[in-house]
Amino acid sequence: MDLQKLITKPKKGAKSIRAGEELTVVGQSVPRIDGWEKIKGAAKYTDDLEFGPGLLYAALVESPFAHARIKSIDISKAEKLHGVVKVVTGGNFTQKFGLYMNDRYVFATDTVRFVGEQVAAVVATDPKIALRGAGLVKVEYEELPAVMDAVKALEKDSPLVHPDLKSYTHVPWFFPKPGTNIAHWRKIRKGDLAKGFRDADLVMEDTYSVPRYAHCAIEPHSAIGLYDASGRLTMWTSSQSPFTQRHVFAETLKSFGLSHKDVRVISTYIGGGFGGKAGVTMEIIAAALALTVPGRPVKLLWSRAQEFYNTYQRLGCTAKIKMGVSKAGKITALDFKLHWDAGAYVEYGANVVNAAGLSASGPYKVDNLSIDSMCTYTNLPPCGAYRGFGYSEFLFGLESHITRMARELGLDPVEFRMKNAIKEGDTLPYGAHMNPTGIRDAIERVRKEIRWGVKEKSKDPKKAIGKAQVCFWKSPAMPPNASSSAFLKFNEDGSINILVSGMEIGQGLLTVMAQIASEVLSVPVSKIRVETPDTDRNPYEWQTVGSHVTWGCGNAVKRAALEARERILDLVQRVHCLDKSALYLEDQHVKCRTKPDFALRFSDFVINGIQAEDHTFKGGPIMGSGVFMPEFASAISDPETGQGGHPNVHYTTGSAGIILEVDRETGKMKIKKVALAVDCGKAINPDLVRGQIVGGLLQGFATVLYEDMRYNEKGRLLNPNFSDYKIPTVMDMPDQVVPIIIEVAQPDGPFGARGVGEHTMIPCAPLIANAVEDAVGVRIKSMPVTKEKVALAVKAAKK
Amino acid sequence: MKQHNIQFWLNGEKVSLQVEPSDVLLDVLRGKLGIKSPKAGCDRGDCGTCTVLMNGKTIRSCLALAVEADGAEIVTLEGANSRKWTQRLQKTFHEKNAFQCGFCAPGVILSATELLENNSRPTTHDIKEAIAGNLCRCTGYEPIVEAIEETVKGK
Ligand code: FES
Ligand code: FES
Repeated sequence: MDLQKLITKPKKGAKSIRAGEELTVVGQSVPRIDGWEKIKGAAKYTDDLEFGPGLLYAALVESPFAHARIKSIDISKAEKLHGVVKVVTGGNFTQKFGLYMNDRYVFATDTVRFVGEQVAAVVATDPKIALRGAGLVKVEYEELPAVMDAVKALEKDSPLVHPDLKSYTHVPWFFPKPGTNIAHWRKIRKGDLAKGFRDADLVMEDTYSVPRYAHCAIEPHSAIGLYDASGRLTMWTSSQSPFTQRHVFAETLKSFGLSHKDVRVISTYIGGGFGGKAGVTMEIIAAALALTVPGRPVKLLWSRAQEFYNTYQRLGCTAKIKMGVSKAGKITALDFKLHWDAGAYVEYGANVVNAAGLSASGPYKVDNLSIDSMCTYTNLPPCGAYRGFGYSEFLFGLESHITRMARELGLDPVEFRMKNAIKEGDTLPYGAHMNPTGIRDAIERVRKEIRWGVKEKSKDPKKAIGKAQVCFWKSPAMPPNASSSAFLKFNEDGSINILVSGMEIGQGLLTVMAQIASEVLSVPVSKIRVETPDTDRNPYEWQTVGSHVTWGCGNAVKRAALEARERILDLVQRVHCLDKSALYLEDQHVKCRTKPDFALRFSDFVINGIQAEDHTFKGGPIMGSGVFMPEFASAISDPETGQGGHPNVHYTTGSAGIILEVDRETGKMKIKKVALAVDCGKAINPDLVRGQIVGGLLQGFATVLYEDMRYNEKGRLLNPNFSDYKIPTVMDMPDQVVPIIIEVAQPDGPFGARGVGEHTMIPCAPLIANAVEDAVGVRIKSMPVTKEKVALAVKAAKK
Repeated sequence: MKQHNIQFWLNGEKVSLQVEPSDVLLDVLRGKLGIKSPKAGCDRGDCGTCTVLMNGKTIRSCLALAVEADGAEIVTLEGANSRKWTQRLQKTFHEKNAFQCGFCAPGVILSATELLENNSRPTTHDIKEAIAGNLCRCTGYEPIVEAIEETVKGK
């Protein structure tokens, strides 16, 4: 497919830094710079690294209860096992930690709060011995009443998951309610809700529910720690967040005398993240264990089962929505209550709740708005970031509800969306203003692509065809001061090494960073190397999450490249007495507009300088550094209304449509066609954007059609493996996927770019639910929308 | 525990070593022989990241015991890198940016190599069937399937 053709020409074109010239590298689908390494099997992931014969292995002792008091731990038998080097319990580490709220311990100290929680660890010379040792640790528990449901957790007599909530420290934009299970309550109040409902011709109220989901990156988490004799801690982690991890390790373990400079985190390629490898989960255990066996590296490797039950999961959500609409099809009021099951620890998950609460209006102009997004502790595994960060969950309810209301009023659901879609400058739920957006273009392109309005018939009389189209938006959820930085250095032959700490998680970050530098410096991508981070050597990046690194890290790289360019031009001006304003870079040379025969090759001077007439050398190694922080952002607002701050930097918007075939008897669904248009501002590499669209859609559809985490009443996960928790195989591909790239430039993005990684999965649930209704007339209000559910609903409707 | 002496051909070289009867082939390849392209994604036969060729056929090395490799010919991606079909596949995979995180790539490439070595004119369905045991969470499979189709066409 020729992707260049799919790109809608920018309305306000991103300016080339060489004014008047076309972009030559940015906007091209160059092959990934990490392509060969991965395709040849040469790419090293954390568990592929070698640590020699001294490597130790850790295995965990885990809680069998969802909620219990630890009465005693007897490690004596395990310690005696031949090959066991150390047995570690919670008593050794008493400092709480967390990303946004300090509510976790390295090991459970006196209370366990979910099935599978780490209570102790056995470190041994061999993984099998470590496991056997873990089996010999005897823990005596006193079981406590547990709560597994976010709504029940709000009842007066519900067991409290964190009775000490009052003493926990957290970011200033969280509002926990001590004495309850409410860890955070994000409120948005805008306009006059009562008046909005009075102005409505139709008010509809309903509840939509979304279960928990697992990321299922194919590479399980792994971490190796080495605390050496000089007192420094080096961690090799499979992580989206090396710098955030370094900070959490240093803060949590500071009683051992560590400071940030003593902690080094090295992250190699990771085999998929999707949010699951953001923040800190099992890595803190490896860091703590390393401190107990100085001088010896210790490895902690998650099994697939642990990957399911003891990393972050996607939050479960019950969404109560009440919406008012006028006959003309204007949303007059929206009252949205989101109850989130965030699990036993919410140090990361509470920010998902916050992000969803800020944006649950969807990409629509809603003047009278009330949102309550409530983060609730339960005795299920902790939840955290998952591609989409809460937006998939609220969009299921919102976009289902919008289609239903439009239909009820006899309005066209797509026209309805077009009418209400947000515009540049419109007021956002928290009072700031919307960035430039190509959402209308996206709606239009998708509408055409799925032949909206044309009813289609299946060749098979048992099957019906339904269509649906929905909209989406998402903003990076990050602290207001989350920043990115980059170093760029030239080599003797004019090639370049770029150091950043944005993570290559599959999305193609390294390639995109190379393209940005290439565009500025006229050095081909093939001569640029960008490596995965090492916190000792690479400059700071907050985390690779929220689809923000193309934008944030990309800005830092662009600034680093511009700085290097300045240094080159200054040097040439100084030595050759040419006016800087006449100089430009082209094809790895410095050239001059006023002196056409002047051409100085980079490789002739970027390390060793330029020889002046007196035979001395001027200059020296050319380098650049760049820093980016969104200085306009602020997270502080009125806790009762959410008004006042500027918590979100910008929104990426889009629309998606589907043609779905549904078997009336079996409920089996087949995606005949799906089209997704996303406004990425500027597609720096269209092929990689397409990769995000195609991959994100299938991950999204899997959450609707197959996946579902099942717990028993004791809080034990029943399907922690790929046989019972099915993720799609190649057989589950949609028949046709049409990626559509819209480019309305983001003014503060590198070459106009904004993020796109998560957006491609978030519209999937309402797409399916709406198309099912269009096809067979039944409305499913709980995810997943499995074929059984559809078949049963069709059967029930017939009666 | 009783140790067994085993010998096999690994990527064209003869290796001999001692293993325990319960040692899993994947662990021995990765842990004792330094062969890192086969990955452990699930350790129970569900994901296909541990795929290797045993006597020319793909197997899941997480389900094979090391003693089963005795006398066999084992090829991993490190060794397959020099095979004709593997190289052709790799070229199109590279041009088409077929992989993202790349963790599934060694397994997928070996499954596709096995297919094309036995059937140089596969249908799209054949292609899908050949890689149906290799889970990929990133790509949505489409670029992978397209690249294999292109390899077939371009031969
Ligand atoms: S590790 Fe062998 S199939 Fe998953
Ligand atoms: S590319 Fe990531 S699992 Fe396939």
